[in-house]
Amino acid sequence: MTRTIRLSLDINERRYELDVEPRVTLLDALRDHAGLTGTKKGCDQGQCGACTCHIDGQRVLSCLTLAAQAEGRRITTIEGIATANGDLHPVQLAFMEHDAFQCGYCTPGQIMSAVACIREGRTGSDDEIREYMSGNLCRCGAYNSIVAAVREAAEMADA
Amino acid sequence: MLDFSYTRARSADEARASVAAQQGTALLAGGTTLLDLAKCGVERPDSVIDISHLDGLSGIAVDGSGASIGALAKMSAVADHADIRDAFPAIALSLSLAASQQLRNMATIGGNLLQRTRCPYFRDPATFPDCNKRNPGSGCAAIGGVTRNHAVLGTSSHCIATYHGDLAVALAAFDAVVQTDRRDIAIDAFFLTPDDRPDRETVLEKAEMITGITIPASIAARQSTYLKVRDRQSYEFAAASAAIGLDLEDDGVTIRDLRVALGGIATKPWRARSIEAGLIGRAITPEIVTSASRLAVEGAVSQGGNHYKIELAPRVVARAILTVAASLNPDLNPALGETA
Repeated sequence: MTRTIRLSLDINERRYELDVEPRVTLLDALRDHAGLTGTKKGCDQGQCGACTCHIDGQRVLSCLTLAAQAEGRRITTIEGIATANGDLHPVQLAFMEHDAFQCGYCTPGQIMSAVACIREGRTGSDDEIREYMSGNLCRCGAYNSIVAAVREAAEMADA
Repeated sequence: MLDFSYTRARSADEARASVAAQQGTALLAGGTTLLDLAKCGVERPDSVIDISHLDGLSGIAVDGSGASIGALAKMSAVADHADIRDAFPAIALSLSLAASQQLRNMATIGGNLLQRTRCPYFRDPATFPDCNKRNPGSGCAAIGGVTRNHAVLGTSSHCIATYHGDLAVALAAFDAVVQTDRRDIAIDAFFLTPDDRPDRETVLEKAEMITGITIPASIAARQSTYLKVRDRQSYEFAAASAAIGLDLEDDGVTIRDLRVALGGIATKPWRARSIEAGLIGRAITPEIVTSASRLAVEGAVSQGGNHYKIELAPRVVARAILTVAASLNPDLNPALGETA
């Protein structure tokens, strides 16, 4: 059997010491080893965006990132964007306000992508939001509400 | 089952030495191709050498002579680089219209060039053992299959898989050079058509590593666009695409310089020099552009499902040329607006 490697990962400003096989993706490390199941496994193939998290503040797909690659980097997941006292992130509030989900499975990825999208300044129009959120699929088709939520959260961030 | 060792390279030399020393060693940069294909069962590395942390290979520099981009620069960094957008709009567009922002934040320029085809038969070894790309001599399951996104140009009886990358198409239009640890390779010579060896996709030799690309500056490159037509508006591979650069004489109508390359329709990035030769020196009109653009698909071979590409590709080329022309000379606009 493959031997495991010891990784020290910085996730949501907390240090996790994990023993994983080298092939383990960041997604599986988060869910199965660190117990952070907010990040979702959709296609596990880089096509749906459900596993989106941030590495050093940039949105990436955790299903196509080896956990070992993320060592020494700052990882942020959906569990890490609310404040320490539990106040939700403005994007989370906007998603609730606009009903920007139905089943909710793509929502953590949508929100992580939206947080980065707003930070990147890619929310100048609904078309731009749609283009820069296109890596996050929603099989329920809640796109109109998602765009509305991202737009409102971006406007609040500007205010 | 996916099973490999992981090593973080301390230098490019160390990484190359590992690949040279041991069969089954793969370089890992952004990971978006390697890990995807490992999950499909196409790639089966025994050991993975992570080069994504190496310093000194991710620079982006633009000056009067052109652009120089390190192999480990991220797609998003190049797409958003102000000087690249100014001097090479087609390059920036080819990147920003590719993949999704998450993938662009991960994928590197070197890895982007080496991305493998999206041929569904290639990507599914469990269902389709026959693939000359994966397993030379085994046959081609795509020929006679569902071929909507297969190539119409550069195919052979051994392989009809499309090269789906966008960046390389723009690079082909503007005579980019691929730099490796041992030589400079013109982009046209870098990619290979399948012929009887579809498993060989580039001229890279074993353990040869892309270190960067250079793109010479030109007026055509500065006055360029990348038009990508596809089944959905975003996050989709091209049904047909065109990278176009255009320069007009001072009269505003005579074509001084033209660059044309096509994507989504060929087995490699497809420079269309016959269109360039047919139009340079002539006064631009929608009619001559539309007519010359048909040269894009000279020698095209339909597989049935992809027949539409033979009609679509010339229209994409013509529309892209006329769009750039109208941006250079607004007086041309009424004449060029409704065409193709």
